[in-house]
Amino acid sequence: MKVAVLVTCINDSLFPDTGKAVFRLLRRLGVDADFPEAQTCCGQPMVNTGYLDEAVPVVRAFAHAFAGYDHIVTPSGSCAGSARHQHGLVARRAGDPRLAETGPKVHELSEFLVDVLGVTDVNAYFPHRVTYHPTCHSLRMLGVGDKPLKLLRAVRGLDLVELPAAEECCGFGGTFAVKNAGTSTAMGADKARHVRDTGAEVLVAGDNSCLLHLGGLLSRQRSGVRVVHLADVLASTEEDA
Amino acid sequence: MPAFPVAAREALADTQLRRNLAHATGTIRAKRAAVVGEVAEWEELRLAGAAIKDNTLRRLDEHLLTLEAALQARGATVHWARDAREACAVVAGIARDHGVDEVVKVKSMATQEIGLNEVLAEHGVTAWETDLAELIVQLGDDLPSHILVPAIHRNRAEIREIFRREMGAAGRPAPDGLTDDPAELAGAARLHLREKFLRAKMAVSGANFAVAESGTLVVVESEGNGRMCLTLPEVLVSVVGIEKVVPTWSDLDVFLQLLPRSSTGERMNPYTSAWSGVTPGDGPQEMHVVLLDNGRTRALADEVGRQALRCIRCSACLNVCPVYERTGGHAYGSVYPGPIGAILNPLLKGVGVDEQTDSLPYASSLCGACFEACPVRIDIPEVLVHLRSQVVDAHRGGAPKPEAVAMKAASWVLSDARRLGLAERGLGVANRALTRFGRRVLPGGRRALSRLPWPGSLWTDARDLPAPPRESFRSWWRKEKR
Ligand code: SF4
Repeated sequence: MKVAVLVTCINDSLFPDTGKAVFRLLRRLGVDADFPEAQTCCGQPMVNTGYLDEAVPVVRAFAHAFAGYDHIVTPSGSCAGSARHQHGLVARRAGDPRLAETGPKVHELSEFLVDVLGVTDVNAYFPHRVTYHPTCHSLRMLGVGDKPLKLLRAVRGLDLVELPAAEECCGFGGTFAVKNAGTSTAMGADKARHVRDTGAEVLVAGDNSCLLHLGGLLSRQRSGVRVVHLADVLASTEEDA
Repeated sequence: MPAFPVAAREALADTQLRRNLAHATGTIRAKRAAVVGEVAEWEELRLAGAAIKDNTLRRLDEHLLTLEAALQARGATVHWARDAREACAVVAGIARDHGVDEVVKVKSMATQEIGLNEVLAEHGVTAWETDLAELIVQLGDDLPSHILVPAIHRNRAEIREIFRREMGAAGRPAPDGLTDDPAELAGAARLHLREKFLRAKMAVSGANFAVAESGTLVVVESEGNGRMCLTLPEVLVSVVGIEKVVPTWSDLDVFLQLLPRSSTGERMNPYTSAWSGVTPGDGPQEMHVVLLDNGRTRALADEVGRQALRCIRCSACLNVCPVYERTGGHAYGSVYPGPIGAILNPLLKGVGVDEQTDSLPYASSLCGACFEACPVRIDIPEVLVHLRSQVVDAHRGGAPKPEAVAMKAASWVLSDARRLGLAERGLGVANRALTRFGRRVLPGGRRALSRLPWPGSLWTDARDLPAPPRESFRSWWRKEKR
């Protein structure tokens, strides 16, 4: 089984620790995964803003970088959703069906662990009070269901508290966060309030872009709540504590 | 009308409005979820609804001709209207022929879409809205902000004020000492409206469905005021969008199950009125049907967008939409607000025409809650992205906007890993430069930036941004793994 990790452009440039966590976690589970260095981005920033011509070369680079792998795993529900559901659109635009061939092989991290590897207990240790936000694209575009929760419940020391109105969007939405900044922050403020209401120390999600937005709001409110990617939680062990 | 982000500002700043909206949509959302949960085969029903509409749209011309023939056979007069101007002219002409100076109306989105009330007013004809919420909106000289609950942005106290202030000038005044008790408010509206029903010679309606095989129009409502309109006046004019046609009564059956649960959260709606042509001595003695295009054939020609014509105007997508919940309906600048409005307006009007229409496909975080709720499975996020690409394409060729320049640059960097790696070399410098300004420390120890110059300010006006890391993942990998 040849496995590659799609680190994603946001993780690569802003949250490199999440990429490292995915590799630590996979190695612990006996998976020898590659980081194809030709990878860049899934093309979602362009597609979702309507720039399909601009997305074509990016998706071409993606298809090229990940050709030949059986599974591609990524710590982003949003990028997995984009690869699976939007690369077809870009392929049609380019008149090149090969651009859509890698998309179906992309799995969001929790899907890969539960569906492909068949594990829910990854032997992690994270002694904190945690609440979990199921990001929209994981929840609705991919339908990951309760897989992330199953993984979190098996983490030793972790105290999972339920997030009110968990299924509501945090308001990030890529360029929506700046194009409609007022609406975006109004949505995020409500989400941040729900997070604070839980009394959790840590907010966990499967997408650093949503956490970038929520973490930014929680920090501005001086809430003291830390945002942590699911991969970072699952990679943690006693030694890290 | 200003573009969506600007139009939304007022609502975002109005805390009373936002509370009203959050409360109203939250209540109806819970009701809907409960009654939808009762139907074991809900997903099959949704699929059936979508399939019937798709099949009908595929042969829309044939079904419309069947409808026309059936209506004519039952004594109705059928008019075809290409656009708002033609449709309004037909209705105004009928009013003139009968010498009326007022008409009663049952809530109809199609007539609002074409601005019928305003055109009738130009011809000296006053149109009275008889749906309770529409009445509130009309008396308050306001615009509807929700498909189903047009006065959703008003609370009880505001409604009482509007009734006391405005009812007298429009007809029977509000009773003395009117309180904001819902039953009293409804009673005042009933007395006020009854006078109008009994006096009016002509009524104007819309239709939720038009059954082709029998030439039957169907209106679904909660109050019974619509039925009064449909049965009391002598002349009835129905303005119907061409996408409302369903081939048979058994097709209608599916939608009568989907609609009330999705819209009002009821198992069945209180009033379903169906009328086919004219019956001597019973109901209106003259019936006109205006079949309205007004951009629908344009939407139909759009391969991805045509699914929007399946819409049965249930408003479920509005009630679950987090953007609608914060901005209200007025920001969409149309009788069709919320997620469906964000796609239907550009589809009907075409993109690249004005800034406001072009801003609508971007008025969404693409969270997908609308698609999940839609009883006819309109993939609204898919259509939004599709329309965004049309908006972008419509502006190619001219002087590029800063956004287009940024996207071109991003595409250039992101289509080649070497270029991206070079760009990321700047991270170390940025890290050293910016951490000096980043006084705030995020929980966990990372520095945060709180004030960036434009366009970064669009982010940092309300949110902190973590300072860039010292090195990218890619550069770490190269050092560690090789
Ligand atoms: S798009 Fe779907 S959910 Fe929205 S009003 Fe139309 S039918 Fe209802």
